[in-house]
Amino acid sequence: MGTIKDKVAIIGMGCTKFGERWDAGPEDLMVEAFTEAIEDAGIEPKDIQAAWSSTQFTEVSIGVSGLPLAETLKLPFLPVTHVENMCASGSESLRGACYAVAAGVCDIALAMGVEKLKDIGYGGLPEFSLGASGKKEMLFNPNITAPGAFAMMATRYFERYNLSPEEGKLMLAKVSSKSHHNGTLNEKAHLRREAPVEAIMKAPIVAWPLGLYDCCGVSDGAAAALVVRADMAKSFRADPVYIKALQIAASSGEEIMYTDYDYTHVEPTCQAAAKAYEEAGVDNPREQISMAEVHDCFSITEAVTMEDLQFSARGKVKEDIDAGRFDLDGEQPIQPDGGLKCFGHPIGASGIRMMYEMYKQLQGKAGARQVKNPELGLTHNLGGFPPRCVISCFIVGL
Amino acid sequence: MTGIKSYGAYIPWYRMERSVVYSAMGWLNPATYMAGEKAVANYDEDSVSMAVNAGMDCLKGIDRNIIDGLYFASITLPYKERLNAAIIATALDLRADIKTADFASSTKAATTALLAACDAVKAGSAKNILVCASGCPITKPGSAQEEAYGDAAAAILVGEDELICEFQGAHCLSYDFSDRWMADFDRFERLWEDRWIRDEGYNKFIPEAISALATTCNLKPKEVAKLAFPCLYVRDHAAIGKALGLEANQIQDHLLNTVGNCAAAYPLLLLVAAVEDAHPTDNIVVASYGSGSDALLFTATERIGERKGASKGVKAQLASKGKLTSYQKFVTFRDVIPVEKGIRGEMTPWEMKSLLWRNRRGYLALVGSKCKRCGTPQFPAQRVCVNPACKAIDQMEDYRFSDKKAQLFTYTEDRLAFSLNPPAIYAMLDFQGGGRNMFDLTDCESGGLKVGMPMEMSFRRKFADVSRSTYNYFWKAAPLRG
Repeated sequence: MGTIKDKVAIIGMGCTKFGERWDAGPEDLMVEAFTEAIEDAGIEPKDIQAAWSSTQFTEVSIGVSGLPLAETLKLPFLPVTHVENMCASGSESLRGACYAVAAGVCDIALAMGVEKLKDIGYGGLPEFSLGASGKKEMLFNPNITAPGAFAMMATRYFERYNLSPEEGKLMLAKVSSKSHHNGTLNEKAHLRREAPVEAIMKAPIVAWPLGLYDCCGVSDGAAAALVVRADMAKSFRADPVYIKALQIAASSGEEIMYTDYDYTHVEPTCQAAAKAYEEAGVDNPREQISMAEVHDCFSITEAVTMEDLQFSARGKVKEDIDAGRFDLDGEQPIQPDGGLKCFGHPIGASGIRMMYEMYKQLQGKAGARQVKNPELGLTHNLGGFPPRCVISCFIVGL
Repeated sequence: MTGIKSYGAYIPWYRMERSVVYSAMGWLNPATYMAGEKAVANYDEDSVSMAVNAGMDCLKGIDRNIIDGLYFASITLPYKERLNAAIIATALDLRADIKTADFASSTKAATTALLAACDAVKAGSAKNILVCASGCPITKPGSAQEEAYGDAAAAILVGEDELICEFQGAHCLSYDFSDRWMADFDRFERLWEDRWIRDEGYNKFIPEAISALATTCNLKPKEVAKLAFPCLYVRDHAAIGKALGLEANQIQDHLLNTVGNCAAAYPLLLLVAAVEDAHPTDNIVVASYGSGSDALLFTATERIGERKGASKGVKAQLASKGKLTSYQKFVTFRDVIPVEKGIRGEMTPWEMKSLLWRNRRGYLALVGSKCKRCGTPQFPAQRVCVNPACKAIDQMEDYRFSDKKAQLFTYTEDRLAFSLNPPAIYAMLDFQGGGRNMFDLTDCESGGLKVGMPMEMSFRRKFADVSRSTYNYFWKAAPLRG
């Protein structure tokens, strides 16, 4: 099997301010991210040879197909493809562009992710019964929301590791509090307020045991990446960021329907990460991965992901959280930009937004939240629910 | 021989003191005061869903393939067109080549259905017919019915062998007595004057039917072990028994103060309660009331004890309950007052009829598949085995989960998801014998669950889509009762 390692480089990226962008439609968001990306890369729109766009809840914003991207940016009769893989859609868009370049069928490709969620009229994600879970499934799926699906992982995690609700919630509060701090240092972030652990513990429950601060922001936004063949990258800029690994893994049904799954880990994360480490030549992720943007849709997801990515030993993430390992000034900063928690979560854009932060950090352009001398950055994007999900795992470096 | 082969009951988990209704609405009509409590269907229940659960209780341990008829009796049919009995038969995973019919329009419909089943079996045109009756009346705030009515369902399996009670005879009376009525456009029933109903209807029809039955069957008062008939008026209920020459201990407890008047289900529920406690050779008379009366006589056989412990029946479910202390919840559950559901709450999925038809055993009967190669049960039914060590293709046989107990693997109480009885509670379940998936939970409240709890499946209304005239049903899990 081949590898994508060092075949593709990112030479330009853009990301809008995330948030409740009452002022902007998805078209505005795409233009905003695109403008930044081409300026960053120093190329003209006409240089782009193929494009991918990702949006999950197309029915409440841009609709399906590659047309919204092609028409908004006036791309000249290019191959433009719309992709969707739930909350991992952004990474899927980036994969499309990377694969095309790695395959040698084009030199410069665009990956765009955009999501306009705040036109639905109510809080949280659009109701899944609108069709996101499929017409057949919604007739037997429970009346489920994302917070609830991940809350069940917290319930199980607390049970398995014998944590009282208070101990468990305190562990999770520290995860969120750290991201809130990082969010204050990021002017593009949706939520830019400190959140002390005590306030987090007292917040109203959304889905037991998860409270308001255990949940990420529901945001509007767009992010874009321009990728080129690695051998061309230095002709565009001195500090291109190279793809070291790109892996995707989807649940095979055994977690939801077969009784071996424990609901205290996410199996596709373990699978995708192991393959990514092999591809990138990483044997000790805890030491070799300098920093990561992981899919912290909920505090429990981030905690469990630390174990699944082998940053923490199984069942031991609490010790690392308590020790401040994942803080901005810790040994392995996680969510330096605030993560989904505070940067926000415009679904289709999130995977590319994670890459935006890794890209800026590796280039030393992360300002007040700059991580010291990062070598390898990792993005982890999760679409779906713990027992049924799609995981993408990218590793990038200079 | 023709008679009763099995019985089952379903009494909703929620019970409400009538004083809750009276303190909310008694100011309007102080004369409505009634003592006791009543059973209240949860927000996700209706006559069809409760009938399925009574049928499940009745069929426990009985091969579904022997059933060749399903009669359903109710005055609160969820569907005017679309056979309600066919929904129930599908949910109970019965064969398709069976007789099905809805018996409606009168609170005596259940005894009419029971007699029709006995007649069919006696005539040899069917061997086993399941009769389900259900009552879930929607009542006007401040009305006497609001306090009197309760929700429940009952089921009797009529057969020709292995009988626990033998059918001896029946007498039917039919009168166009307009004591209560609903036109086709009505949601609530209307009543004529109570005193007229009592004196000219209730106190006359029931004794007339029973007396005629006694004459036909040559049954003397002292030979009656139990007489079961609905109680509309407590004093008159006792007086009818006395006038027929029966002692108080020969009258089946009327359940008015524990379940309430459960309309068409009422006589059948009382019959189940009587059969549950019967001894060999006991004569049991059941009579209904409504547009006349039907009276039927059964005699318990030597096998009468054989269903004990198999069916939960009335007593066990009466004892298993949760308190509903909010009148506002009660009227909201039945959609009597409009409440703000928010835009999320208005997002109702669309039940696509062709899709439902194609997957009817999966959705309505909770039938999944079991791999013939590795034995793994799985829901929903799969083509490729989910066991990572097997993955056999098209080696599946049907496997029914609705009658399997389960264990609560993990759960959450969700306050973001819209529910008419928040929080929405759902869980991942591990079924005994294998198989797992996520299901909505019901009949439980915030703080009442624990990982590892034993659960059982219950048939429920998943949503009511008023804009497309659709009630959609599926199975939920509830803490094991009884």
